Amino acid sequence: MDRHQGLTQRGSGWLHRHANARLLGLLSLPAAWLVLAYLGALVAMLLAAFWTTNDFTGAIEHTTTLTNFTALVTQPVYRTIAVRSLGVAALVTLVDAVVAMPMAYYMAKVASPRVRRMLLVAVLTPLWASYLVKAYAWRVMLANGGVIDWLLAPVGLHGPGYGLLATVLTLSYLWLPFMVLPLFAGLERIPDTLLEASADQGARAGRTFRSIVLPLLYPALFAGALFTFSLSLGDYITVKIVGGATQLASNVIYDNITTGGNLPFAAAAAFFPILVMVFFLVGARRTGALDEL
Amino acid sequence: MLGSRGRRLLAGLMALGLLIVYLPLAVVLLNSFNSSRTFSWPPTSLTTHWWSQAWDSQGARSALRTSVEAGLGATAIALLLGTMAAFAVARYRWFGRSTVSFLVLLPIALPGIVTGIALNNAFRVAGTTFGLVTIIIGHSTFCIVLVYNNALARLRRVGGTLEEASMDLGAGVWQTFRFVTFPLLRSALLAGALLAFALSFDEIIVTTFTAAPGVQTLPLWIFANLFRPNQAPVINVVAAGLVVLSVIPVWLAQRVSGEPAGVRR
Repeated sequence: MDRHQGLTQRGSGWLHRHANARLLGLLSLPAAWLVLAYLGALVAMLLAAFWTTNDFTGAIEHTTTLTNFTALVTQPVYRTIAVRSLGVAALVTLVDAVVAMPMAYYMAKVASPRVRRMLLVAVLTPLWASYLVKAYAWRVMLANGGVIDWLLAPVGLHGPGYGLLATVLTLSYLWLPFMVLPLFAGLERIPDTLLEASADQGARAGRTFRSIVLPLLYPALFAGALFTFSLSLGDYITVKIVGGATQLASNVIYDNITTGGNLPFAAAAAFFPILVMVFFLVGARRTGALDEL
Repeated sequence: MLGSRGRRLLAGLMALGLLIVYLPLAVVLLNSFNSSRTFSWPPTSLTTHWWSQAWDSQGARSALRTSVEAGLGATAIALLLGTMAAFAVARYRWFGRSTVSFLVLLPIALPGIVTGIALNNAFRVAGTTFGLVTIIIGHSTFCIVLVYNNALARLRRVGGTLEEASMDLGAGVWQTFRFVTFPLLRSALLAGALLAFALSFDEIIVTTFTAAPGVQTLPLWIFANLFRPNQAPVINVVAAGLVVLSVIPVWLAQRVSGEPAGVRR
């Protein structure tokens, strides 16, 4: 007991005197985990993109070649999928921005503080409900004779069924809170006095929104778009659940791993979402959106 | 400024937005009581039969257990690594400080499938047996950031003066951590742990690539049975159960921080 205590105390004293040792100790485990294990795995995977698999044995051949990338760039099917994935991600971002803006505006500028708190909880709570459950809920609703059909029947319309439109709808639903939150935070920071000044100068609500609110809101909008865009781009589950036979970029990666057993090709395909997100992040840095996260 | 018409319009859009947000969840809840085997809409009569059937589902039960174990394991590792990294960044000046936040964020910023296949490949090369351990490793990798962000924000807010005072008064490194720093950090760590557990519990993409054929988390089990019509009643009940359970973290987060869940201060 005494000896143990003495050792602890001596260790404590030694650590107290050596700040660098403390720092090294603190960094050791996180650095080993993230740099050695995670970054190492990531680099190994990206390097594998330059290898190929043998058509007959399926074994990986470790000779550096650009075959995978050439195939991805030249074959029309991959170009179509890339364009479709970017389109879906952009559309989802647009839908979310349009739906989230009035909600965030109401919460930040119209509702009383008490109501604002309640609305914030109401918007955030579905984030905790399982992603898969929410996608499944849309599968149920979009089914033939489901809720959507039932709602649209009185006006003589029919639901979209499973497909690209259903995918966009479901993804927009899934990521909506990720757009509402930054917009709400951004709007809350805009002083009411600015809006009043604009109104005093004779601007109507629409003009004030376009000329005052929107320019000040760009970083927040970009921050929200970062979430909706990247989450849409990386998704292959939702499209499997409600997308029918639709294929998006992540499905190419997934299928090549699971059914194709072709890691090098999947790794090459993974460059696409990574490059798009790097491009996006560089843009986000320039608009200052990263400070909004 | 907005006229009363503009305010009414915004209130209407807000209400409509909330209606759309909650409609699918309500449909899932109602459908779990729908007595029709094909779940035709609207339900003609209600039953609790599916709930008792789901209660006895072995697959769902063992998947739930795996999910809880994975969540707890990942949360524990994320707590340890996230707190250590936060301390290194908040309390010391060194050359690589600014890259830590980026590095920690990377696993969650990159698409899940990228992290998934990278880890899958690494485990294969290293000859690791796939199972609960590999799932936990995968989950903790992207859970670290949640603990890290919460701990870092708290450490920056409370500053280092209390710790210095404690040391000046003769407390050692461990004593200071135990009696001064940890109590100040506790609620931030709880909030981070809550987020980490919730994220791990819900994750499917990285899990797909780190699980073994026989080891299924709840999301994997749901996804595997989603397209089987004869499993639909059980899936409906599990989905409804998860919707109901999602209230727990919201309630907990409110109690821990007094702030709506997910809002960082």
